[in-house]
Amino acid sequence: MNLQSNDFEIFGLAPAFALDRAQLDERWKALQREAHPDRHVAADARTQRQAMQWSVRINEAYQRLKDPIRRAAYLCELHGVPVDAERNTHMPPAFLMQQLQWREALEEASSLDALEDMADDVAGARARMIEQARCLADEQHDFGGLAGQVRALMFVERFSRDIEKRIDQLGQ
Amino acid sequence: MALLQISEPGQSLDPHQRRVAVGIDLGTTHSLVAAVRHGVAECLPDAQGRVILPSVVRYTDPAQGGAGRQIGYEALAAQVDDPANTVSSVKRLMGRSRAQVVDVDKLPYRVLDDGGMAVIDTVAGRKTPMEVSAEILATLRFRAEDSFDDELYGAVITVPAYFDDAQRQATKDAAQLAGINVLRLINEPTAAAIAYGLDNGSEGIYAVYDLGGGTFDISILRLTQGVFEVLATGGDSALGGDDYDQALAGWVLRQQGVDAVPDASARAVLQREVRRIKETLSGADSAVFQVSLGGQTIEQTVTAADFETCTAELTARTLSAVRKVLRDAGVRRDEVQGVVLVGGSTRMPVVRRAVGEFFGRDPLVNLNPDEVVALGAAIQANALAGNSRAGDLLLLDVIPLSLGIETMGGLVERIVPRNSTIPTARAQDFTTYQDGQTALALHVVQGERDLVADCRSLARFTLRGIPPMAAGAARIRVTFTVDADGLLSVSAREQGSGVEARIEVKPAYGLSDEQIAAMLQDSFATAQQDMQARALVEARVDADRMLVATRSALAADGDLLSAAEREAIDALMQGLAQVAKEGTASEVEAATEALAKGTEAFAARRMNRGIQHALAGRKIEEI
Repeated sequence: MNLQSNDFEIFGLAPAFALDRAQLDERWKALQREAHPDRHVAADARTQRQAMQWSVRINEAYQRLKDPIRRAAYLCELHGVPVDAERNTHMPPAFLMQQLQWREALEEASSLDALEDMADDVAGARARMIEQARCLADEQHDFGGLAGQVRALMFVERFSRDIEKRIDQLGQ
Repeated sequence: MALLQISEPGQSLDPHQRRVAVGIDLGTTHSLVAAVRHGVAECLPDAQGRVILPSVVRYTDPAQGGAGRQIGYEALAAQVDDPANTVSSVKRLMGRSRAQVVDVDKLPYRVLDDGGMAVIDTVAGRKTPMEVSAEILATLRFRAEDSFDDELYGAVITVPAYFDDAQRQATKDAAQLAGINVLRLINEPTAAAIAYGLDNGSEGIYAVYDLGGGTFDISILRLTQGVFEVLATGGDSALGGDDYDQALAGWVLRQQGVDAVPDASARAVLQREVRRIKETLSGADSAVFQVSLGGQTIEQTVTAADFETCTAELTARTLSAVRKVLRDAGVRRDEVQGVVLVGGSTRMPVVRRAVGEFFGRDPLVNLNPDEVVALGAAIQANALAGNSRAGDLLLLDVIPLSLGIETMGGLVERIVPRNSTIPTARAQDFTTYQDGQTALALHVVQGERDLVADCRSLARFTLRGIPPMAAGAARIRVTFTVDADGLLSVSAREQGSGVEARIEVKPAYGLSDEQIAAMLQDSFATAQQDMQARALVEARVDADRMLVATRSALAADGDLLSAAEREAIDALMQGLAQVAKEGTASEVEAATEALAKGTEAFAARRMNRGIQHALAGRKIEEI
């Protein structure tokens, strides 16, 4: 294993979408116990630099693996199908329709209750889409399909953040 | 007579290798130094048995002779007589320009602007906040060295979690001026959590509410098996007990119909009385405020309820920061298992009650809130210096504020989001705006707002020599690296041509290496010492460190080397040991560098092996 190993290899995990979060957290801490610069304060400068690079690499892999959407995008990349969200904006018409409806509903929502109901709806939709992503990745091995699903999920993420912003503005 | 200590074979470090490592809490109103002795962290007292050092430095007229400065209690006592030359609350000036210092005109001393850095105008000349802080740090360093009758190996210095890059850099510069080897800068609430967590063997989610003299921090941590993972941190770097004092002073003056305080000396008198009232109200329901201002006597009864009313807005501000940080951490307030109160200002009953009501549980207060930060820093310093058994303590901290780059139209492109675990590195690609553009100006900012104008400007630098291309064709990768001290460096690289530029982010308010060198020349820390002798001592210490590190690396992982590789390293070690005895500073440095270079590949192999071992014993799934 070296700094170029992929995220799954570093964490000793099979490259799959399904993942045990408690195990990931535990391994993250075990790896940082070894690599963190605090463990090498008395070492020479080169060892310290190595430790810094490893510690950064482990944190990078952890951040990516623990987020289901980034993990899915990473799996696509490993299988040679980059998500390419900036250039490829193709979406199924049904999904775009739903996006439009959500946006309209957000425009109209004026009470905290209405916004929180919306946030729950969107969280439910997101959970269903993530389950579909798992299916595409781990059962159908359809990484082209998974890339499309990731792009759709990125829309949903952005929309969730917009709802949160509105809740923040209304609450407090 | 002290008994000689003999360690159990193979159990602990050779007594000669035991390093004096301390934790320093460099506070707004007072500072402390602590160390682990006989397995227990304790604050080190001065010759009079006092552990607290008021963070106050008074400068005296050099023409009068004498030491030129008073530090701590002596300086504090002089504050009323000589407010203009007595610097208190200097922490509020660290890493700041004059314009950024809140209520700068209310300070009893004169603050000027020097090229974007706040400096204090004293009878002994202009002093930077770093120089003033260095006086305090050096006093604590000497205290530690006297306590152990040994040189200080290094220190962990605490900073408010909400300190930005400039403020952290300023703190590190101050330590360097004081001749202190900084093992790590750690966040004050994290230090407090260490002091509590290790004491109580706790597991679960904790909140640390830290209200000091001039800063407020709130951190949410998860504790599991000796790992202190900071989930989120927030606060206000310009809100503290001093503001409660100001609010109370303002209220009393309004009650008395006094519009203006005549002079700095009167302000100091007022400040002292306000503080006394605040402390009295921590134990009593009312107190009588009594001062004589410019011949006029002011007397005013203050009840606890009055105090609560005139400071309610400040307490509410802290709680709104608590709500925000809970959201960032993704933690509900009923999931928090314990709330730790830190900082002298949490002695105020109004604060304790408000925090208790918010979390629906009584806060933990069994450690002295003045000492807890220094104690936690001492525990971490001891671990970092290699004095404690390995593997029992690990801090995973975060950066408090997002870091980004200015893009077209004065907008911020966020590169490292706040609450990212450090150390971290993030990269983002940018491109050119015009055809044939050969340079790219980069402006690094810190903050959460979308507009550059609302964020803190950290640094500007330029990537030059980009080959002329059509607009949008160049691909410039900007990489932000934040180290374990929370300090940032930035590099930029044009991917096609390989043109590169990088800077350590040294903010305008920080000091350049040359400035530090110049200040060290005439500083107290080295005044009596010959710089040459000092350089040799430092080179020998480095050589020794390198030899010890290499020896222990060989003992642990010598099997990674072929016989020839081993021979080469042995020869370099022998060479260095020889030169360290009789060579000059530059010869010792060269030999140390040669050994470092000769062991580089070995170091990389060792690290890879260590990482592989980290997950040994766990089931590695089939790939």
